[in-house]
Parts: sequence; structure tokens; C-alpha cells
Amino acid sequence: MPDEDKKRAAHRALVDRVLNAEGRASPEQRARAFSNDGLPPPLHTLIGKVATNPAQVTDADFAAATASGCTEDELFELVICAAVGHATRQYEAGLAALAEATVDGEEDG
Amino acid sequence: MRLDILNRGYSPGTKLLFALIRLFSRHPVPDAAKLVFYRPAFYGAQAKEFTHEAMRGPSAWPVADRELMAAYVSKVNESAFCIGAHTATAAQAYQDSAKVQAVLADLESAPIGDALRATLRMLGELTREGKVSAQDMRDVLSAGVSPQQVKDALAVCAAFNTTDRLADAFGFEVLSPEGFEAGAKYLLKRGYR
Repeated sequence: MPDEDKKRAAHRALVDRVLNAEGRASPEQRARAFSNDGLPPPLHTLIGKVATNPAQVTDADFAAATASGCTEDELFELVICAAVGHATRQYEAGLAALAEATVDGEEDG
Repeated sequence: MRLDILNRGYSPGTKLLFALIRLFSRHPVPDAAKLVFYRPAFYGAQAKEFTHEAMRGPSAWPVADRELMAAYVSKVNESAFCIGAHTATAAQAYQDSAKVQAVLADLESAPIGDALRATLRMLGELTREGKVSAQDMRDVLSAGVSPQQVKDALAVCAAFNTTDRLADAFGFEVLSPEGFEAGAKYLLKRGYR
């Protein structure tokens, strides 16, 4: 079984795009949104909700981020980075648990 | 949607495409479709590739099971647009709406096999908690799910944990039941590319 299946490869390419493709937000800002860590207020409120509680995002969160000087294109990118980032951490946690379970199973067997 | 650029910031060619979709489907273009047409080199093009591979690429999981996983993950995330879209798609794929409704209402009593139930349970845990244990994975494997099937299910989960977040953050408009049915028909015929 190939370690790097096509689904995982397509996901890695998506992560690479949102972090490194040409964009309006800086690569540093995109990396912070992706990891949900180190963004200044009020941006951290919006990005934190996208990562951990997206159903709670409000118009006011976007309005505050815009008022602080972010353009809509920057917010488009940073929200996407936050969503892809959180889902990536879950994906990697799942694959790591599977790897651990599979190794243990072989040792037990 | 919450950003004006996602409502209005499209090229003339894309606007024409949206008009044709409205004309032929007799439904508005879903916000999920609009999002992937906005500056596609940044997100949409590769997001479509990944989602299509996860949902329609080679896998031991039938398409109907993968659509049910998408609906279930969306239910855990309480993402209204994606629940509607993938409940409709899974129901059409199985030709069994009651089964899909039963899974979303109570996974443990729903009329599905142990392998799919154990997999959905694990995806729910991962989506809620952000992590799962090796023991959780052993439970899935001992229900008869292969390691590759677990990987395939995790890819579906990643695609929908991304899309659910974007649907809620950008505020995708929830469609009418007829709109979701039309979308489901399209997704089963054409996939996500």
C-alpha cells in the first residue's frame, strides 16, 4: 500500500497553494491564520472562530476585521487558511492514530 | 455571502457561466459553487481536485457511504448548508432517504453495517475533539475496516471539515429542498471537479 495515496497528495497540494501561492495577505499572516496562532486583534477573533467554532462567526466579526484595515481579498485568504489549517490538523491526528494502531497491531500479532 | 467579492467579484466569463447554470438548472448557483470560482488559483481549483479525489476517486467505500460521511461530519459541525446538500446527495445515492435521516438522528440505532457505523463514530470524535486515540482506531479496524478505508474516510472528513468551516464563515445561503435535490443530482452525475 503506498504511504502517500492520491488523496493525501491532493491535500498536500491544497495546503501548499493556500500557504505559498501568490496572494494578497502576506505568507506570514497566512501561516498564522493556518495555525490559528499569533494574529493581532480583532483578526484573531474571526480566525479563531473559523478554526474552532465556525457556526458562531458573525457579520460583526468581518466588520471589525475590515475596520482594522484588512481588505476583503485578504480576509478571503485568511479565512480559507484557517479552515484548511484546522482540517489539516485533524487529518494528521487521524493518520497518526491509525499509524500507531497499525504498528501496535503488528507487534501484538 | 459575507464578502461582497464573493457575491460580485467574478470575471465576465464566470458571470456568463453562472447565468447559464441558472437558466438550465432553474435554480440559483449555490454559494459553494461560487466560492470555488473566486480567484481559483488560490483555493478553488485545488480544493475541487482534492474534494473530487476524496469523494469520487478510487476507494473501497461506495460513493453513497462517502456522501453519508460528508453529511455526518457536517451534522457534527452543525453546518446547515452542507447538512442539506449532503443529506440530499447521500439519500439520492442510496435511494433511501430514511436511512440517511436515521444515521443523522441516532448513529447507534441506525440500520447500517458495523464497519460504516464504527467509521462514522470515529469521524465524529475527530471532528468534535480534534483528535482520536490509537484505541479508537483499533475499534474501527476490528469492525472490519481496512487501514486504506480509514485513510479514505479521513480524506472525506478533511474535505468537509474545511468546507463546513467556509460555509459557516462566509454564510452560504441555505437552498430550498428543490435546490438541494438539483445540486445532489449534479454532484452524483459530475462530481466535484
